[in-house]
Amino acid sequence: MTSSDFDAVVPVICVALAGLFAMLAEAFRARGEKMPIGGLALIGLVGAGVASVLLWNRTATSFGVVTADNFSLFINLVLVAVGILTVVFSAATIERDGIPAGEYYALMLFAIVGMMLMVQSSDLLLMFLALETMSIAVYVLTGIRRDQANATEAAFKYFLLGAFASAFFLYGIAFIYGVTGTTHLERAGAAIAAQSMTDNPMLLIAVGLLIVGFAFKVAAVPFHMWSPDAYEGAPAVVTGFMSTGVKAAAVAAFARVFLSALGPLVDDWTPVLWVIAVLTMVVGTVVGVSQTSIKRMLAYSSIAHAGYLLVAIIAANDVGKASLLFYLASYAVTNVGAFGIIALLGSKEHANDELRDYAGLAHTHPGLAALMTIFLLSLGGFPPTAGFIAKWYAFSAAVTEGYYWLAVIGFLSSVVSVYFYLRIVVMMYMTERDARPVPPPVRGLAMAGLVVSVLAVLYLGVLPAQVISWAEQSIATIF
Amino acid sequence: MVPITYYLVLSGILFAIGTAGVFLRKNVITLLLSVELMLNAVNLSFVAFGRQFGTVDGQIITFFVMTVAAAEAAVGLAIVIALFRHRESLSPEAFTNLKW
Repeated sequence: MTSSDFDAVVPVICVALAGLFAMLAEAFRARGEKMPIGGLALIGLVGAGVASVLLWNRTATSFGVVTADNFSLFINLVLVAVGILTVVFSAATIERDGIPAGEYYALMLFAIVGMMLMVQSSDLLLMFLALETMSIAVYVLTGIRRDQANATEAAFKYFLLGAFASAFFLYGIAFIYGVTGTTHLERAGAAIAAQSMTDNPMLLIAVGLLIVGFAFKVAAVPFHMWSPDAYEGAPAVVTGFMSTGVKAAAVAAFARVFLSALGPLVDDWTPVLWVIAVLTMVVGTVVGVSQTSIKRMLAYSSIAHAGYLLVAIIAANDVGKASLLFYLASYAVTNVGAFGIIALLGSKEHANDELRDYAGLAHTHPGLAALMTIFLLSLGGFPPTAGFIAKWYAFSAAVTEGYYWLAVIGFLSSVVSVYFYLRIVVMMYMTERDARPVPPPVRGLAMAGLVVSVLAVLYLGVLPAQVISWAEQSIATIF
Repeated sequence: MVPITYYLVLSGILFAIGTAGVFLRKNVITLLLSVELMLNAVNLSFVAFGRQFGTVDGQIITFFVMTVAAAEAAVGLAIVIALFRHRESLSPEAFTNLKW
């Protein structure tokens, strides 16, 4: 074992160390003493980002099971961005609700460790362990406000269905192991390709079980039941974190397993994913229209976005395979920003997360209303925002691959979804405010974070070429 | 020697019992037990496959799974306790603040 064996795990180690220090800081903190634990988290995340940039194009491997290929490094950078923005938005929530900062940041960093490892792992067993590291930390984050009945209930529902889905995922791994004799993705893929065992029933069962496991984690219909509840009950900033980070990691791991190792079975799993993608887009949009809570509405919107991401996986051809990564990146910055605004508008007495609470926001908070509008337009897929390029890219990939219906249904559902995004915009700009309390002002670092994510949304929308070429380089490493 | 199919069928039956339990039982502790049963059904498969290949991989994987199951149980029970403090009930039907 040489020191270069550790190269691929350096980003993970940076985040894990920051998490451990955050935990220690909390343990040694005197009651009432303030500590800049958020700053510690930022240092770890920036370290992971720098390490990921330095590892670019080197395809380092650690211990035979952790790879730092461009694919995982791209996702690592997305996760770092999500993490940094979440930390920046968290400070206000932590102070307001009296959440223990050390615990909160430690759990968040450990969840990011799990996400990074999940994408970097080239072995199904490690992927399962990483998935659990991520999930267990996020279950706790969901219910971190133990004093709130809703948060606890959300945590329980998320936990129960998440653990249930993990069991399916694990059973799928067991069958892959049973058929190929290994859990290593490359060796399993080689065995599947070489022995032409594509009709082996055990392999098909394995594929089915893995699809169920992943579909739960990315919140695809009909395995989405937990997500509106979990997203509504969790603190808004945590919701933003899990609707982007967890989804990015799960979709990336999904793509790695299905496009590389299970690539030979593409004709078997494409029809299944096709049905799931259509259901996800339609249900996410249609049910989203009827919601009155903004958090719940955006939860259904993120279900619909999982459907678009599945379209990108199904249509992964030479033209469109980069669209998956570009979509993930643009969705992540947009959604984390939108939930950041919801979190920052909450006050101690009133969560301010109903649609009615946004009435007249353009008069009380003109800046925030403008930023929120840009995020919502991007989620709806309007030019010149990131969401437009991402959707256009994913659907055109589907068309070139011959999935016309998929592209048509995707396009129609995003047209319908525009209705509920614009409902919020109309509420902010064209409705008079009733006697509800005015949300608190937003200043300082959090505002800077929001501005940065809006700039990122516009940059990805106007000048996408650079990021698309990075996405192309990175997905080229997995298939 | 008992053929591997027997173990796999048993594991499938246990997994199905666990799955049914998650949907049918009316006590949150039993729900947690059902999930544990599912994980242990998978463990049985791993051990059976490992025995078939004549390697220890299957058994080693089982230890990882047991560790994960323990961590999950710890968090799950903690959440159940927090929930019980709010509702004074262990029936999943009491948890309907958020509509499904």
